Amino acid sequence: MTEHTQDGRRPDGGLIDRSKRLRFRFNGHWMDGHPGDTLASALLANGVHLVGRSMKYHRPRGLLAAGPEDPGGLVQLHGQDPARTDPNCRATQVPLVDGLEADSVNVWPSVERDLGAGLGAAERIMGAGFYYKVMHGSQWMWQHGFEPLIRRAAGFGKAPTQPDPDRYDHRHVHCDVLIVGAGPAGLAAAQSAICSGARVILAEQDERLGGSLLARDRRIDGWSGPDWVAAVEARLRACPAVRLLPRTTVTGYYDRNYLVALERVTDHLPLDQAPAGRPRQRLWHIRAARVVLATGAHERPLVFGDNDRPGIMLAGAAQAYLHRWAVLPGRDVVLFTNNDAAYEAALDLHAAGASVRAIVDSRLEPGPGLPARARAAGLRIMTGYVIGGTTGTARVTGASVTKRDGAGRALPHALDTVACDLLLVSGGWSPVVHLFSQSGGRLRYDDDRVAFVPDRAVQDQACVGACAGTVALAECLAEGAAAGAEAVRRAGFDPGPARPAPAVVAPEPGTIAPLWWARPAAGQEHAWGKPFVDFQTDTTAHDIRQAAREGFESVEHVKRYTLTGFGTDQGKTANINALGILSETLNRPIPQVGTTTFRPPYTPVTFAAMAGRDRGDHLDPARLTAIHDRHVALGAEFEDVGQWKRPWYYPHAGEDMAAAVARECRAVREAVGVLDASTLGKIDIQGPDAAEFLNRVYTNAWKKLAIGRVRYGVMCREDGMVFDDGTTARIDQDRYLMTTTTGNAAAVMDHLEAYLQTEWPDLRVRLTSVTEQWATVGLAGPRAGVLMARLASGQDLSPAAFPFLSWRLAVVAGLHARVFRISFTGELQYEINVPWHQGGALWDAILRVGVDLGVTPYGTETMHVLRAEKGFIIVGQETDGTQTPGDLGLDWLVSKTKPDFIGKRSLSRPDMLRPDRRQLVGLRPKDRRPKDSRQVFPEGSQIVEPGAARRPPPVPMLGFITSSYWSPALDSGFALALVAGGRARIGDTVSVALPDGERPAVICDPVMYDKEGARRDGHPDAARRAA
Amino acid sequence: MLLIECPWCGPREEPEFHYGGQAHVVRPADPAALSDADWAAYVFLRDNPKGVFAERWCHTAGCRRWFNVLRDTVSHRVLAVYRMGETAPAVDPALVEGAR
Repeated sequence: MTEHTQDGRRPDGGLIDRSKRLRFRFNGHWMDGHPGDTLASALLANGVHLVGRSMKYHRPRGLLAAGPEDPGGLVQLHGQDPARTDPNCRATQVPLVDGLEADSVNVWPSVERDLGAGLGAAERIMGAGFYYKVMHGSQWMWQHGFEPLIRRAAGFGKAPTQPDPDRYDHRHVHCDVLIVGAGPAGLAAAQSAICSGARVILAEQDERLGGSLLARDRRIDGWSGPDWVAAVEARLRACPAVRLLPRTTVTGYYDRNYLVALERVTDHLPLDQAPAGRPRQRLWHIRAARVVLATGAHERPLVFGDNDRPGIMLAGAAQAYLHRWAVLPGRDVVLFTNNDAAYEAALDLHAAGASVRAIVDSRLEPGPGLPARARAAGLRIMTGYVIGGTTGTARVTGASVTKRDGAGRALPHALDTVACDLLLVSGGWSPVVHLFSQSGGRLRYDDDRVAFVPDRAVQDQACVGACAGTVALAECLAEGAAAGAEAVRRAGFDPGPARPAPAVVAPEPGTIAPLWWARPAAGQEHAWGKPFVDFQTDTTAHDIRQAAREGFESVEHVKRYTLTGFGTDQGKTANINALGILSETLNRPIPQVGTTTFRPPYTPVTFAAMAGRDRGDHLDPARLTAIHDRHVALGAEFEDVGQWKRPWYYPHAGEDMAAAVARECRAVREAVGVLDASTLGKIDIQGPDAAEFLNRVYTNAWKKLAIGRVRYGVMCREDGMVFDDGTTARIDQDRYLMTTTTGNAAAVMDHLEAYLQTEWPDLRVRLTSVTEQWATVGLAGPRAGVLMARLASGQDLSPAAFPFLSWRLAVVAGLHARVFRISFTGELQYEINVPWHQGGALWDAILRVGVDLGVTPYGTETMHVLRAEKGFIIVGQETDGTQTPGDLGLDWLVSKTKPDFIGKRSLSRPDMLRPDRRQLVGLRPKDRRPKDSRQVFPEGSQIVEPGAARRPPPVPMLGFITSSYWSPALDSGFALALVAGGRARIGDTVSVALPDGERPAVICDPVMYDKEGARRDGHPDAARRAA
Repeated sequence: MLLIECPWCGPREEPEFHYGGQAHVVRPADPAALSDADWAAYVFLRDNPKGVFAERWCHTAGCRRWFNVLRDTVSHRVLAVYRMGETAPAVDPALVEGAR
């Protein structure tokens, strides 16, 4: 095992605490770091450049950047812990903690010897869109060949296999000013916004405030960058109206200044030091009156042959590692640049003792500032040159410098090969416009800065500093201060007098000339190695040219075809280079090529943080009836109906579902069953115009319904399609009680209120949901009358005295109740309503009093079987929003005389009158075999003409099965189905198309049990037997 | 996510509301008198403008009242809210992104 020491660490400087040592393990090797380190800086301090392998070609990759934009340094944390392991963490953003364990992702068997690296030779067939071109043919080859291969080779980290034991939280806040980013511009904005009374939030993704001031040698008012930051931070912390959120990444910017931010609350602490009761991560939902975006800029790499080796690093990242973490990432340094600003990195490393072997500048004429200082320092500067390729495997060992020809291309032979262990690259800076773009703001391409910069904002916001394309530190500070004061003013507060502009010592940023690809001379395109554009998806410049050649000219198409920007880094370092190469390929200026859409999240958000506390039982409220505990005690299995838990069936010992349901069905048909029907929606409708209102929302007539009577109705939407059904009872002169289906109760309430408030505000009607005011228990079966008589002694509730479709006030089991005579089973049925809290008492009494009658609790499954035997529809099962009442055989419910109701006009449109509309019918297996449960067709099965499946496709579908069960009463499987022109085809044989072949079935009337309705008032035989 | 000023309750987050489509589409007084095409236009056809759009919202999880909103479909800025039965107020064109 290699012994790692902090050879790369400088003896002094940096913002680390050398007095403490942290032990951590990377790929099995123990190493040391210090508080203040990130995993990335600690790895570099230990001389580790090879961090992972790339997704497609398994190329060795290292750390390109020092922040969230880094594409290559992905690690798996806590790999030994199947519950806490965390894939695809950016080493640059992982705070070093004692005992941290991290491993490379996408390597096999190890990062040093990865067997997938041979894939690099396959670039010619694995170029853009290769899976579209290579991986077709048989389905078998896909399932057994390509897919397992790709799953083995590609992909990143491993998901945890155990539930996450940590807590996650959400927090919703309003503020007057939200400042995103605590670099110089953001800090200046915060400074001028505080102490005005405005509520200010400053969110910074890093654990330290300061941004680029931690990574460069700057002086403000005589202070060093970190000292100035500390002074400002102290002022901010002293102001109670300011909330500082370090370690908090604003990941999404939505409408009306609504921003979402992920705070890593305890991720920077060892597990045993995380304070009890605090969440691991917290998702902030922030609504701000005004937003100041100070999100900075990302440096871009340059595109040239084999530009991806470990040890090739952005110039600014090397400065950050040097200044902030006191790490010298290499000793023999080459800089390749197209701009002046990057010269500062070479000067800093030179001053820190590294040997700068060459500065390769693609431009013929560098600017006068930093390049002159480099020249004065004696550094070798090669202008008008590019780097064509590199050498090395686990780390870069040399860079091949070559001349550019007249067309600006790299000549195929190296003028000089410069040995190096650190190759700095800088292709210019891209403002971090992600949040600005998400907010709807439009971008503008700036030729001088060679970057997209914010143009016009759509929301109440300002962009300042590098995010706005501003480079000079003094200007960044001035912009930030002005934006902070303006934000406070616009939020209605007085920012007070402006602070004097600070005295700043910083180099002149200088100039830049675009270099999108150090492209080899014509005909020599592959003379140098692979020119990578997107380091995470392994997209090369060749891929982008190929995409354009194959006709993918839109930048959105190129992105999808080449996968540029599809990694977990979303192409932060890649997208603009890809655009530049596409622009050159198409010979169109960049503004005309456009840019792709920036979408949230800016950096990945864990699912756990998104879920917050809404996990397990807290995912969704469970609605329980007043009788729920009785169902639990009876051993019921439950079914979710909307948010309700409804008893599905009540298995006895040794019974499976089929046996339990068959027993419950027989009990209702032969004795008496009891059902908890409390979940049906109930709406109390009151007002002088209530009858008129019902007349308009139901398809049938309601004005003549007498007090004490009940009527069944269906309601349509304006398009004539059935929306809901149920019974409504007239309670009093101006009062009705409507019932709705369980799952549709809220939607029906919304529908009715909408019409009352928007179309018919003149109607004097009020609606109140009373679903949870009334517990409802149904008694059904031939012995229901006997049981009812026992429960309501002294009151004549016999079918003769209490007719079907009416309701009564009664005292049932000593409880004041509303009793309804309605039936969803075809049997004699009473629905007893008592105040919610008395539901349990009613249930208990029924089971006690009816024990000798064989009273049997039944669940929703039995209810479904019984109602289907009677051809009663369930809205949402027999309907999907495309059935008229006529399609369902409910023509008799549609008034011909009412001038209007919701949906009436639609029912006379020509398409509604077509004879080939799908109509509700029954379906029975043709060759009926008793006790053969295989004769229950699967719900959703398609119905075709017999023999159709053997004819060449397309096979016309006649319809499909909506409900299908085993019927103990019919001793047969049976189904309800929607079949084209079905009512005219009763008696026809059709085929149910199943994966193993066709099954013959006969179309029949949907009412398959007791067609004449003899059982509705109680079957005389059964009642007599019970008596 | 929008922030909508309910005329009865004040500014509330969008999840409290239910969207009701285009406003001021009046239900015909005598649907039977309409041709199939005119009725279909009432039921199915709605405007989809870039810019100011008058639409209905209901404060479902609050006061449950319906009201009208003028919204800029480009910036999603809520330009005005007004009650059922009121006419749409005038909008400052400078605030409308969709007018550019």
